[in-house]
Amino acid sequence: MTPTRYATSAIAAHWLVAVLIFIAFPLGVYMHDLPLSPQKLQLFSYHKWIGMTVLLLFLPRLLVRLFVAVPPTLPAPAWQLKVAELTHVLLYVLVFAVPLSGWLMSSAKGFQVVYLGLLPLPDLVSKNAELGGLLKAVHQTLNLALFGLVGLHIAAAAKHHVIDRDATLRRMSPFGK
Amino acid sequence: MNQINRFSLHLLCFLLAPVLSVQAAEFNQVQADKSSLTFVSKQMGVPVEGTFHKFTTTIAFDPARVNMASARIDLNLASIDAGSQEANDEVIGKQWFNIKAFPDAKFVSTGVKSLGGNRYEAAGKLTIKGKTRDVTAPFTFRQEGIVGVFDGGFVLKRLDFAIGEGIWADVGTVANEIQIKFHVVAGSMPVRK
Repeated sequence: MTPTRYATSAIAAHWLVAVLIFIAFPLGVYMHDLPLSPQKLQLFSYHKWIGMTVLLLFLPRLLVRLFVAVPPTLPAPAWQLKVAELTHVLLYVLVFAVPLSGWLMSSAKGFQVVYLGLLPLPDLVSKNAELGGLLKAVHQTLNLALFGLVGLHIAAAAKHHVIDRDATLRRMSPFGK
Repeated sequence: MNQINRFSLHLLCFLLAPVLSVQAAEFNQVQADKSSLTFVSKQMGVPVEGTFHKFTTTIAFDPARVNMASARIDLNLASIDAGSQEANDEVIGKQWFNIKAFPDAKFVSTGVKSLGGNRYEAAGKLTIKGKTRDVTAPFTFRQEGIVGVFDGGFVLKRLDFAIGEGIWADVGTVANEIQIKFHVVAGSMPVRK
């Protein structure tokens, strides 16, 4: 039977990652040029822990997307379907690349990531100030791209829900049935 | 037969000569460029390595006369690299080292004892930021060719010296325990027997 909604696992993963991104992104913007203080060190750690959680969730989420049946595409102009497809692929790429670039940047700047303050993660590169500066620019640029794509994603969902009045948003809604 | 015995004796003397001369040597010519003073602080559970670039070590250590050994380290606190430029700018300030008022730190040994094997322990007085505390630092000594190599360390509790006051006094963010490590290379000069 063809499902009319996304699977519960897909819905849970989608909104969990969305919430994490909506915390980590503004946190990153706010914290990055704070003067050094214990609070800054705490915020940086929280930001990294959230990012690592997103990275941790990436693989199971990708597996759900690839192997759990999704509802059929709703009718829409071909170009819109193409743009939607491309946006979704790029979102997956960035949801992986953004935390990874942050982890790389942290390693290059000489700060190991210790997940939840308990689990030390390996440094992906060794300490190198020049590389650290470059990776910071990469992390910021990727975030800017993610910001733009998430905006497009939300705008499209809103357009389907409010203007087209179709099931696009409802079938991903955690409250629907 | 007699010839062989004499030859053996000479050979023995020749082989033992370096060992004997070493035993009578005191390691006191510190090679500053080969020595290092490093530390690891923990911020939110994250170990961050740091180092001091400028310090002067004065030691006198004869493994045959450990009870006579002494050590002194004079440390220029402004030469710190605490892991990032941001941290370097911060730790020279009033709440941390307050280097305007206290530019130097020093360790002066009060005694050295053997712990067996190549392990020893130095006790002494550590002065940072106008506060003097007793510390003991276990270390190992090994000879590499003509130089002696000392490796050791101890855990410094930063609040004992008011390093990190005010908002930084919370040890939940920056841990109280700082692991200090030293690596000293010193040549020897013969001493009177």
